[in-house]
Amino acid sequence: MNRLEVKNLACERGGRLLFSNLSFSLNPGAVLVIEGRNGAGKTTLLRMLAGLRSIEDGVVSFDGLSIEQLADAYYQQLAYLGHLNAVKYDLTVSENLKFAQQLSTVVSNIDDALHKVGLDGYQDTLSRHLSAGQKRKLALARLLCIHKRLWILDEPFTSLDKSSIAMFEGLIHEHVSQGGMVIITTHHPINLPDSILLRLTL
Amino acid sequence: MAISMHLRAFGAVIVRDLLLAFRHKSELVNSIAFFILVVSLFPLGVGADIVLLRKIAPGVIWVAALLATFLSLDHLFRSDYEDGCLELILMSPHPVSLIVLAKIMAHWMLTGVPLTLIAPLLAGMYGLENSSIAVLMLTLLIGTPILSLIGAIAIALTVGLRKGGVMLALLILPFYVPVLIFATAAIDAQIAGFPVSGQINMLLALLALALTLSPWPTAVALKMSLS
Amino acid sequence: MIMKWLHKFSSPPYFYALSGKLIKWLSVLLVAFLAAGLYGGLVLAPADYQQGDSFRIIYVHVPAAWMSLFIYMVMAVSGTIALVWRIKLAEIVSVCSPPIGAGFTFLALVTGSIWGKPMWGTWWVWDARLTSELILLFLYLGLIGLYTAIEDKRTASRSVAILALVGVVNIPIIHYSVEWWNTLHQGPTVTKFDKPSIHIDMLIPLLNMAIAFKLYFAIALLMRSRNELLQREQNGRWVEEVLEGK
Repeated sequence: MNRLEVKNLACERGGRLLFSNLSFSLNPGAVLVIEGRNGAGKTTLLRMLAGLRSIEDGVVSFDGLSIEQLADAYYQQLAYLGHLNAVKYDLTVSENLKFAQQLSTVVSNIDDALHKVGLDGYQDTLSRHLSAGQKRKLALARLLCIHKRLWILDEPFTSLDKSSIAMFEGLIHEHVSQGGMVIITTHHPINLPDSILLRLTL
Repeated sequence: MAISMHLRAFGAVIVRDLLLAFRHKSELVNSIAFFILVVSLFPLGVGADIVLLRKIAPGVIWVAALLATFLSLDHLFRSDYEDGCLELILMSPHPVSLIVLAKIMAHWMLTGVPLTLIAPLLAGMYGLENSSIAVLMLTLLIGTPILSLIGAIAIALTVGLRKGGVMLALLILPFYVPVLIFATAAIDAQIAGFPVSGQINMLLALLALALTLSPWPTAVALKMSLS
Repeated sequence: MIMKWLHKFSSPPYFYALSGKLIKWLSVLLVAFLAAGLYGGLVLAPADYQQGDSFRIIYVHVPAAWMSLFIYMVMAVSGTIALVWRIKLAEIVSVCSPPIGAGFTFLALVTGSIWGKPMWGTWWVWDARLTSELILLFLYLGLIGLYTAIEDKRTASRSVAILALVGVVNIPIIHYSVEWWNTLHQGPTVTKFDKPSIHIDMLIPLLNMAIAFKLYFAIALLMRSRNELLQREQNGRWVEEVLEGK
């Protein structure tokens, strides 16, 4: 079963212990919302779950195997969106998405993804010419056109206006109802049914 | 995962890097311009005596190539690091070493290859014969990939820091010394009429070593810089 | 049994206390060996029939060069242990060694230069060993620079360990290529930096100095490691107790 399990995770940064003995599990169909003050370690935790930061204490496992054992195979299931958009300004919108697709296995139509995020018609626009919000939408479109089960999103709603945030919440809901999982940190209140939400405060 | 998928990703990374370089040509031109400049400055400093120039040509051209490559290495990972694409690339279902190798290869195609192609022009300015120029190009062809491969390790370690500067030079240039020695020795041998196979074989051995041993530490270093 | 001892040994407070005592004993030994080596080399050993008394600098130059390579190996090995088994103490040893190694390399270069001046009339000769030592000095300085530049000290230690390993593969290659380069460009003069025919009278002071330098390295390493340990563990309770105890 595609379940993410965290056992006794601890994290130190700059000599300070941010958190310790953190344990939880996340099943398909659920959204984990991680809350906390600035500096509480939300981004650090997300990066540890995404395998970007090494784990000194504790175990994170997916599908029964620790992510260290899984290594590259973990990324067949994981898509990560951090503070940066991972968008090349010198490439067009579709070139950016096509590149992300070439690094993945299961992919879907780029035009559909662009339509869902509201970037119809921008296929051949150089990413440099997009506004900050549009660049963020492009980063989100990437999630839609490569099929990964687990989405780890670090403040994905930055730079987005209210209707775009609502649109994207809808996409998250759609993703988890199809068996996906989402871990998200955000400063905005999340507008999703409580039945699929799991909350964690650092 | 199928090998073909890995190869497709490998090719995609190279194509992307080449495409990006061509859309932002200034980076391409920088190292070649530097190469030409340095080689052109020496005669102004040591005099135009063609006998002297012929003698120092292999060393001067190769040191200039070293420095030009060193300068260009910064572009290898910096842009991707700054816009988050490095994380994207490292978080793919493909072996990181493979992706790293793809980037290094693209880098070599954008720096080493142009240097090798321009070198005959500069060698002519220094009075080298055609046969010597051929050996010069051969050493550059084999040697510049080694420079990109070794340099990548140090660049990966420092990608998160402000521009490395002198420290980076201290880290990389010592490792370039064997390449410099064998390459210039080959050209000198050719000029003196001796066979060059020994030195060329050493260069090939160094290339083989660099190809097999560099990608993995570079990948580890990148992961460390990103954490 | 050994694992238990190792475990105890690598516990920071225990290491701190033990090393404090060790330093005192090692210092006594250092003075003894240094005195024996210097006296043997400067006074007892016969003057070289060709180079006269100026060759006596060999008693500092050669052991210093040996140390520069020895320390590099210590650094590379402890760095590997730190990378693979994540033992803190190994990490500390590997990052405290480069400055000491740089110091010995610099000493070897300076004494080599001093040796060369009366022989060749110049302050520098591009002989194979000196050139290799110069390159080694650059490597050490680069390592020190890298460690200082990275803020998170654990990442910094691992970066140094990786580079040290890359160096282990490369240093023999560099050394071999420089030696070969030297034979290409050397004129008919033979470089006398290689040890002259080793007489037993010369060998003993040389070995004494080598041991003395190793003792110095051990002492300096222990002192630096203690400092580094205190810095890294500054939030630990045992550190407060140590500082209060003073």
